[in-house]
Amino acid sequence: MAAGSTYTPLATTTLGSSQTSYTFTSIPSTYTDLVLVINAGIATLDDYPAIQVGNGSIDTGTNYSKTELYGTGSAAASFRDTSQAAIYCPVINQTNAGSYNAIFNFQNYSNTTTNKTVLFRTNNYSANVSADVGLWRSTSAINQIKVGLYYGTSGRAYVAGSTFTLYGIQAA
Amino acid sequence: MIGAITAGLFSAGTPAVTNSYESIATVTVGSGGSSSISFSSIPSTYKHLQIRAIARASGPYTYDQTNMTFNSDSGSNYSWHQLNGNGSSVTANGGTSTTFMRIADETAANNNANCFGGMVIDVLDYADTNKYKTARSLWGYEDNSTGTVGLRSGNWRSTSAVSSITLVCSNNWLQYSSFALYGIKG
Repeated sequence: MAAGSTYTPLATTTLGSSQTSYTFTSIPSTYTDLVLVINAGIATLDDYPAIQVGNGSIDTGTNYSKTELYGTGSAAASFRDTSQAAIYCPVINQTNAGSYNAIFNFQNYSNTTTNKTVLFRTNNYSANVSADVGLWRSTSAINQIKVGLYYGTSGRAYVAGSTFTLYGIQAA
Repeated sequence: MIGAITAGLFSAGTPAVTNSYESIATVTVGSGGSSSISFSSIPSTYKHLQIRAIARASGPYTYDQTNMTFNSDSGSNYSWHQLNGNGSSVTANGGTSTTFMRIADETAANNNANCFGGMVIDVLDYADTNKYKTARSLWGYEDNSTGTVGLRSGNWRSTSAVSSITLVCSNNWLQYSSFALYGIKG
């Protein structure tokens, strides 16, 4: 069996000031999976992290869907979004830059045969925990990922200190 | 190896320190399909194993299941549990003294085209001869009409080191289904 060291950091940023989104561009096609790690807070009010991807440009069409399993402090439930303009994550609602973390697995992101599946988990210490599967209905390779917000208005923004890190995993 | 980033292992992919996460082997299903794939002669030099995969099956259903066994053991030496959400309800169940771990589900022929399920499977302390072997998975499929996401755990009641892993589909996996094995050093 071949063995090769992988799980390569591709890009990372720590916000110096509040921003409503961050976009990874020029993602190389040479890996098998991408892993996106977010550790963040929101400046004011509640919002929902919004994941969009694309090839050459971010796809803003209603080409995303998601199935979610989540638990609050008192109940477990499941719901689905279909034909949305982004993969919307569970609520982010605390100002501390470490109050909300999420890890996204973009599987076989660079193939041009399958639609793109993303498995992810989110954790919000004040609200809920979730496991999710998202879909981008496109067979295009992903070379851009945007981490935005559903609203991103009225002061809603990722706070300074929020971090966004992208890794590439190369299969043998 | 512990560095600036803790070399833990989570199904969702906690990053490991450079050179501690290695690709071992990949199996990609060809045009003829396949009902099983195996990783054999797995070296014992890692601490944990991870399988990352996408899959779609050929059966006339809206999902199919992936079962996992170790070292060609077909005895009733496995158990598993699951927690799933299908977009409207939550279910939990499992099996004891089974002949496999049900470790993930994926799309099948009646799902919308080009949609594959995903799975990330961890096998912890796979080479430890003092422990039974525990596996866990984060898996899901979504086709803009149906979908399910789940967490599963499985156990193999054997203290033998895992030297081979076999994944089996109830029907055939279709072309482009792909399974990649990684080793994580400890």
